[in-house]
Amino acid sequence: MAERDVVFRVKRYRPTSGSKPTYQEYRIPYRDDMVVLDGLNYIKDHVDPTLTYRWSCRMGICGSCGANVNGQPKLTCGTYIRDVHKGAVTIDPLANFPILKDLVVDFDDFLEKLASVTPYIVREEPGDLTKEFVQYPEDVEAYRQQSLCINCMLCYAACPVFGTSPEFVGPAASALALRYIRDTRDEGADQRLARLNTKAGVWECTFVGECSVVCPKNVDPAAAIQTLKVLATMRHMRRLLMPKAESR
Amino acid sequence: MPKAYSPNSVPRFVERTAHDIVIVGGGAAGLRAAIAAAETDPDLSIAVVSKVYPMRSHTVSAEGGTAAVLRDYDSLELHALDTIKGSDFLADQDAVEFFVARCPKEIIQLEHWGCPWSRDPDGRVSQRAFGGMSVKRTVFAADKVGFHILHTLFQTSMKFENIHRFDEYFVTSLIVDGGACAGVTALDLRGGRMVGIGGKATILATGGCGRVYEFTTNGFIKTGDGMALAYRAGVPLKDMEMVQFHPTCLPGTGILITEAARGEGGYLINKDGERYMQRYLPSKMELGPRDILSRSMIQEMKAGRAFDGPYGQYLGLDLRHLGAATIDQKLPMVRELAEKYMGLDPIHEPIPVRPGQHYVMGGVSTNSTGETTLPGLYAVGETACVSINGANRLGSNSLSECLVFGEWCGLAAAQYAKQKAAYPRGTASREALRKEEARVFDGLMGRERGKETLAGVRVEMQQLMDRDVGIFREEAGLADACGKLAKLRDRFGSVGMADKDRVFNTEMTGVLELDFMLDVAASIAHSARNRRESRGAHSRTDFPNRDDANYLKHTLAYRADGAPRIDYVPVKITKWQPVERKY
Repeated sequence: MAERDVVFRVKRYRPTSGSKPTYQEYRIPYRDDMVVLDGLNYIKDHVDPTLTYRWSCRMGICGSCGANVNGQPKLTCGTYIRDVHKGAVTIDPLANFPILKDLVVDFDDFLEKLASVTPYIVREEPGDLTKEFVQYPEDVEAYRQQSLCINCMLCYAACPVFGTSPEFVGPAASALALRYIRDTRDEGADQRLARLNTKAGVWECTFVGECSVVCPKNVDPAAAIQTLKVLATMRHMRRLLMPKAESR
Repeated sequence: MPKAYSPNSVPRFVERTAHDIVIVGGGAAGLRAAIAAAETDPDLSIAVVSKVYPMRSHTVSAEGGTAAVLRDYDSLELHALDTIKGSDFLADQDAVEFFVARCPKEIIQLEHWGCPWSRDPDGRVSQRAFGGMSVKRTVFAADKVGFHILHTLFQTSMKFENIHRFDEYFVTSLIVDGGACAGVTALDLRGGRMVGIGGKATILATGGCGRVYEFTTNGFIKTGDGMALAYRAGVPLKDMEMVQFHPTCLPGTGILITEAARGEGGYLINKDGERYMQRYLPSKMELGPRDILSRSMIQEMKAGRAFDGPYGQYLGLDLRHLGAATIDQKLPMVRELAEKYMGLDPIHEPIPVRPGQHYVMGGVSTNSTGETTLPGLYAVGETACVSINGANRLGSNSLSECLVFGEWCGLAAAQYAKQKAAYPRGTASREALRKEEARVFDGLMGRERGKETLAGVRVEMQQLMDRDVGIFREEAGLADACGKLAKLRDRFGSVGMADKDRVFNTEMTGVLELDFMLDVAASIAHSARNRRESRGAHSRTDFPNRDDANYLKHTLAYRADGAPRIDYVPVKITKWQPVERKY
């Protein structure tokens, strides 16, 4: 495979230096079968060991290696250099998150939001551990799409609402809330909808839809949020019309 | 209503904390242990210390499934026999019996926690065929089983306010006080500081060490940390020579194509389009155990019947006859990976594959409750060697192992911690902390860059392991590997560092990981050199037969000055007398 050169223009930020983020350029050789992550690894191993980024599985499932590539949130392990370079590839940390160092950003805020939507099966009575719950293939299909979220945070980096209102619960946490609401084994819909039926919940979303465009796993969080708005409204109406039924 | 989220750090003004249980690693084994301990007593304080956010753990990459006896056509006896035969009789049979009996409950427990298992039309959990399993026994969630198990466990762990996460804390050493493990020292990556995390009980659950090899399915983070931590504290590593090579990895990257592709009916073909397994294992064909399939591939390559590609020889994994519907429903990730990383659609073309390092059967020597020889120290999952996998693990037994022994180990550690009235002494923790600060910040980080580089030493080690401690081994190569690993250890002493910034220093963690890997690689090479027979995945061309008279025993490698000290302990046989492993 023929090798050519490409320039990686990488945003650098050193927290202890006191200076603002700047770009650094690296000219590196590449082949057509190299992804952007391979380029970063080449720099780390052969050019500049101080370059800092996260990665692990290099197969699009662990969600570690997201970055803005030419302004678009991407998994760097799934983005081929040949597809994105026009002489240079510009790599920034995922937008909308605090930068810790170079391409490494702080996701703790997401984990708190995820925890806030009760991301687990809720039941009043614990199940009988001697047998499985019956769930038909179509029951699994009902929440399968949302269950595929790898928490890579590309959707938050693409979301203009999260960019201006950091308290917004955001696309991935909403999709995972819907994943549990749609699960036939779950009884926790009410508490999740109560959490999401708030200003910082799903109503903050203005349906820009960029989250679904950038999602590498086709989770379609934008559609999930619209569904949650309908469910939250129905719950609200039910509570107004039938106050006694509110416990469920 | 329990609080869902624990603050992710030792507060900035504190340098030491103490918990009842410290769990190193947040993959399937670590999280299962954490939940078991948290459920058994809400007053126990449990720390989960991980060098990554737990949902990045390498469990996420497991694809094909997890084994359990759930149907009338199957039996615990048969699962045990398949596992023992697959292990080439090196598994401890009492541990296997313990294991198979507890797998079904774990599948149902995960089901109750919401794991999206694939279902049959009648609404029951589906099961598929897998290599070396004599009936359909493998439970799955399409071909993203590890991903779904990990996210189910991680999200479920958020229920427990007594689980305290330390995300992106890199454990550098075990604190040992008065002959017992008293917690860990860890590098707080964001804070750029060393902290002491004391624990009455400590569980190592850091997964495997695949990155000691160059061509591996393992993620970048699989550097044998837990194995090296225990080894350095004097705990032996068991059966480290037993390294599994998975037959179907993408050339170039080493990305895994799941065994489920063959479980669902896929063929392995050579360049003549022939299903070559008929030459090696006609009774099982593509559903033979991994050790035999990987060796058969090398033999096809040597016979000149493999394809040639830019990354060397390969064979074909042919799914075309399965059709688009089966591939999309049961193997969507296979299609996704083939399209993304090979630029081909398996519906229309065979996938190029070759064998690569995948798993290590060996690990920190434990009993069935995860106890090691160091009081207060436990190990579980791929990090540990109980042993249920012996000389060759069957596909889909490892996720079940993480669940079954994860729960058991969590409960055992909880019981141990509850019996201990006092938290570990602050003195020991403080001393360990100062020692590690000096070693890491003043020692490693103080070194200036010279001729030796981190990447240089790492790649040499990896290539050496691929070449001489791979699928086929012999004395000259192993002797050479042992010698060269000692030299690499010396050269590591002059690897310098460019990044002098303590915050999120991934060059620093790379150096610490290489330090761990050099220990683990040496234990593998020396254990392999000392086992002068062929058994399971350990295939010596100079000793091609199994030798029960001399080697029906587990290797124990102890860290020593220079070469590891090698010792042996007997295999536990209950009711299956070793016979020739024939399929």
